[in-house]
Amino acid sequence: MKPAEIQAYLQQKLDKQIEWHEGEKNTGDPWAIVEPDLWVDACQLARHDTELAFDFLRNLTGTDRPDDGKIEVVAHLWSYVRRHAFVLKTTVEREAPKLSSLATIWPAAVWYEREIFDLLGVEFSGHPDLRRIMMPDDWVGHPLRKDYTEQADYRGIPTSRPGYVTAMPEKVDE
Amino acid sequence: MSEPTQTGAQREELVLNMGPHHPSTHGVLRFVVHTDGEIMRKAVPEVGYLHRGLEKLAESQTYAGYMPFTDRINYLEAMFTEQAYAMAVEALLATEIPPRAEFLRVIACELNRIANHHITLGCITMDLGAYTPFVYLLRERESINDLIEALCGNRITHNYLRIGGVAYDVDNIWLGQLESYLDHFEPIINEFEALIVGNEILIKRMQDIAVISRRDAVAWGLTGPNLRASGQDWDVRRDIPYGAYPQFEFDVPVGPLGRGQAGDCYQRFLVRVEEMRQSCRILRQCLAKLPEGDIKAKVPKMIKAPKGESYASVEGARGEMGCYLVSDGGKNPYRVKWRTGSFSAMSIIEHTSPGLMIADLVALVATLDVIAPECDR
Repeated sequence: MKPAEIQAYLQQKLDKQIEWHEGEKNTGDPWAIVEPDLWVDACQLARHDTELAFDFLRNLTGTDRPDDGKIEVVAHLWSYVRRHAFVLKTTVEREAPKLSSLATIWPAAVWYEREIFDLLGVEFSGHPDLRRIMMPDDWVGHPLRKDYTEQADYRGIPTSRPGYVTAMPEKVDE
Repeated sequence: MSEPTQTGAQREELVLNMGPHHPSTHGVLRFVVHTDGEIMRKAVPEVGYLHRGLEKLAESQTYAGYMPFTDRINYLEAMFTEQAYAMAVEALLATEIPPRAEFLRVIACELNRIANHHITLGCITMDLGAYTPFVYLLRERESINDLIEALCGNRITHNYLRIGGVAYDVDNIWLGQLESYLDHFEPIINEFEALIVGNEILIKRMQDIAVISRRDAVAWGLTGPNLRASGQDWDVRRDIPYGAYPQFEFDVPVGPLGRGQAGDCYQRFLVRVEEMRQSCRILRQCLAKLPEGDIKAKVPKMIKAPKGESYASVEGARGEMGCYLVSDGGKNPYRVKWRTGSFSAMSIIEHTSPGLMIADLVALVATLDVIAPECDR
């Protein structure tokens, strides 16, 4: 099915309005946005419905949108059976980002969700092993947030240091 | 808890640390191994040692300026990361790529695939205790590095692709060198098969070890050779065609091939050997059909992609190499995310490891071909 047909199909099956978006100049991929409380239901349907049969979670990630006060979570789906692709999104509040985990639908989500938790700070309820994956466990902040500032030091080791040239005295007196 | 068994031996779980600096962990990577004697209860990969923030870095680079950074995602398959990124930007810009540039991209990528499989196959044998094949294959890889150096001036981090095409054209001398390399290399694959692939000791270390079913492979998002070894007939080059690939004939090796069963370590090894042969086939067809013409489409000096997003994927040497790109209409990417084969392959290890011998963990990691920098980015 074409992405627009998949969106219409999901809308009909879930009996809820699903937002539909396209790029500014209709280039790239179109995407659908569902409400966060529909996230698991929509994914469950996408995985198990025989018409959709999205058996491969290609990619799961997030984007910080501070202007809207939201964090987007985006899933790129592919079906080996039906040979079609779809981009499904949801948005969570930036202040207290919480979402249900997809780990029971696609085991591949376990690590992707750990990464989103680590780098964007979204908490996934029902996740079997929610801890940081890239950064150390006691790291402060979520680097992929747009307003992220790196901590000055980590366990007493400075995270930045002046370069050799700037550390030189400006002028040496004769 | 230790409890005596019938034979009087003590049963006890021991937690062992493997890595992060270990000769067979392929980059800086650590496993927390829970064992009972030689049998593992599970092995948990701990990654992130090579997290360089390449996705965050993209947000402060221009579209063209990010290209050299993509090489650093995986030092063994720089051409694929470049192509995934270029394709993602080109999808947003709706750029048409000249046919000659598409062919040159295929040549670069397939050479890169062969060079990568040299390292992979060499490392598998080295991890299992045979050092010589690794050196044999490194020798062959040197010639590819020389070819690529003549092509773009770099041996590892190529920076050869540009948004809209490629950086440099090739001449007949280079094409002749490529042809003589293929003449030289194709018999070497047979030699490699005769010397190593059928080696009984090597087969015993891999056959029926760490079997990943097709179902598990799909569910955990394995891609590329690992997925094909498990019996899923799938190749992005053939099934979601991109670039010049629809113009070539090639076979997609799918497990089970030869001895063993689909999804075991030996199948993952065999699939890669066969892939080198298919890459040579594609390269031969490139040489025969290479069209004349431009090597780069017209794109503005300062690229500003229209608002929107795209996801482009190519068949990398370790599976689907995907680049998710979000643009807010500015001159820097708003968000870049890399979907890499090693990340998914690493995540299945905890699931596959229970019941394996510790030594087989090495075989599993080597044949899944996980590369820590590609996983951590």
